[in-house]
Amino acid sequence: MSGVADTMDGLSRTDPGISPVSKSIPDANLRNQHRLDLLFRLATRLFAFLVLLLLAGIIVSLLAGSLPALRAFGPGFLTSPQWNPVTEQFGALVPIVGTLVTSFIALLIGIPVSFGIALFLTELSPIWLRRPLGTAIELLAAIPSIIYGMWGLFVFAPAFSQLQPWLTATLGAIPLAGMLFQGPPMGIGVLTAGIILAIMVIPYIAAVMRDVFEVVPSVLKESAYALGSTTWEVVWNVVLPYTKVGVVGGVMLGLGRALGETMAVTFVIGNAHKLNPSLMMPGNSIASALANEFTEAVGDLYGSALIELGLILFLITFVVLALSKMLLLRLGRMEGQKT
Amino acid sequence: MNASAAFMSLYSRRLWINRLNLAVSRLTMLLGLFWLGWLLLTLFEAGFKALGPALFFTMTPPPGASGGLSNAIAGSLIMAAMGTLIGTPIGMMAGIYLAEFGSRGWLAPVTRFINDILLSAPSIVVGLFVYEVYVIHTRHFSAWAGTMALALIVIPVVIRTTENMLRLVPDSLREAAAALGAPQWKVITLVTVRAAKAGIITGILLAVARIGGETAPLLFTALNNQFWSLDLNQPMANLPVVIFQFAMSPYENWQHLAWAGALIITLGVLVLNILARVFFRNKTPTY
Repeated sequence: MSGVADTMDGLSRTDPGISPVSKSIPDANLRNQHRLDLLFRLATRLFAFLVLLLLAGIIVSLLAGSLPALRAFGPGFLTSPQWNPVTEQFGALVPIVGTLVTSFIALLIGIPVSFGIALFLTELSPIWLRRPLGTAIELLAAIPSIIYGMWGLFVFAPAFSQLQPWLTATLGAIPLAGMLFQGPPMGIGVLTAGIILAIMVIPYIAAVMRDVFEVVPSVLKESAYALGSTTWEVVWNVVLPYTKVGVVGGVMLGLGRALGETMAVTFVIGNAHKLNPSLMMPGNSIASALANEFTEAVGDLYGSALIELGLILFLITFVVLALSKMLLLRLGRMEGQKT
Repeated sequence: MNASAAFMSLYSRRLWINRLNLAVSRLTMLLGLFWLGWLLLTLFEAGFKALGPALFFTMTPPPGASGGLSNAIAGSLIMAAMGTLIGTPIGMMAGIYLAEFGSRGWLAPVTRFINDILLSAPSIVVGLFVYEVYVIHTRHFSAWAGTMALALIVIPVVIRTTENMLRLVPDSLREAAAALGAPQWKVITLVTVRAAKAGIITGILLAVARIGGETAPLLFTALNNQFWSLDLNQPMANLPVVIFQFAMSPYENWQHLAWAGALIITLGVLVLNILARVFFRNKTPTY
């Protein structure tokens, strides 16, 4: 890749110098072509610039939209658990907590499972099975989130409600953490949303893990095997340390996906603006509050409070995704140095 | 003797840890396949019940009556097609800049970084954005707004694949064309982009698959329409929002239709995905 960059560099470096020269080109056709070249480059540049404009536009428009709520509630918006459209008292604490908790559950389940899948695909699977199995996992990511939501509501939640009394009896009996698992077995709730999210982020995390596991030089792995390591020891002590930056980047990517996931969560989280210590109780997330309430929000302040929620969500995911991208870039650079 | 026993126990412990963890790894793979299988199975089971010709030729019914999804299917197709048509050229141009001119200056690396973030940013925020800049000013939901939201989701996907695919084209090809005296815009449009055609088309197919199932950005833009409408300035029915409404409703016939709609979308998305893979595998440029 760096070779391409170098030669491209060389090509374009001569370009700025051509413009004054173009006047001295005698042939009208050549001059014309050169003008077209310039035009073409400017046009592509413009469209690239559009991406930055889009980002700025999103932030500015969301800021503008949330101004009334920002004025009315100030920074207290972040910490207030109130959400009352009638008295127009709004606070973001419940949806923020819901978003973070569901994403945390998703990662808690998703990371080990993704690791297992990536390990299987890179080290254990027979070669001829790698491609079809990898595709199957990728298809899990292709299924639209609304399908996950519907399936979660009509199929998974009823099945899960059968399991919930058992969870309450076993995990619920643990002294402190037990209160997380108290509540009626309704099937829907924060825990269900977290599990559905886990299924949705697994393909993303697993795909990144698989890709970074594959860049580990075989020499490293073979040396470890030659010293008598087992497959697990090679993966745990050689592959994982070598790729840890990339693995964290993949996890952050999954986290970014989980935080912003809308439809799947909306179906199963229960949409209750209430803080509850139990994961079995309904809650709310930023994205699902938006999906449920935005079109029906009456009054400037209500709509504005929802837009501020959207702004908060965008900022959180932006930071998470930026971190993920930086980590993955760092791994790429490391890879460039070592090979 | 003692030392040898200690050695054996350490050795067998390592062996057992290895076996255990690899078994767990196999289980997680099965778990992933299990979710996929379970999901598709229920989808086919529930969806096929409601599938029939009436689905494609009658409109969304009021609760309790029979009907189909014709207006929603048409609306989804129109908005997805328009969104792709608008988003693809923009994305390709930006992708060309990143791949062909992007080795110097600050714009390319920053754009690349921001684009990767937009690629994974929550789609509901895109809906909010279009609502803020368009729907508020026109004072009504419309298919145009929905199209814009979908186009904004297409752009990052196309930028990413266009750049990646152009970078796979070897420089010798560019140099050969340049040596023949072709100006740069001709080199790019007639040689480089053509060489990367299969990959770029794959990216576009994947973008279509992605917006085919997008619900969140359409909620605040196109909303829904229970009637047949091809007017882009009016709200337009579309499969994802209809599925959302119908599935959340207490009416049984609506829920059946939601399952049928879900099956149509999933089949469409899966077919597009598989198509993209097959297409790309067979036509990858090999130099």
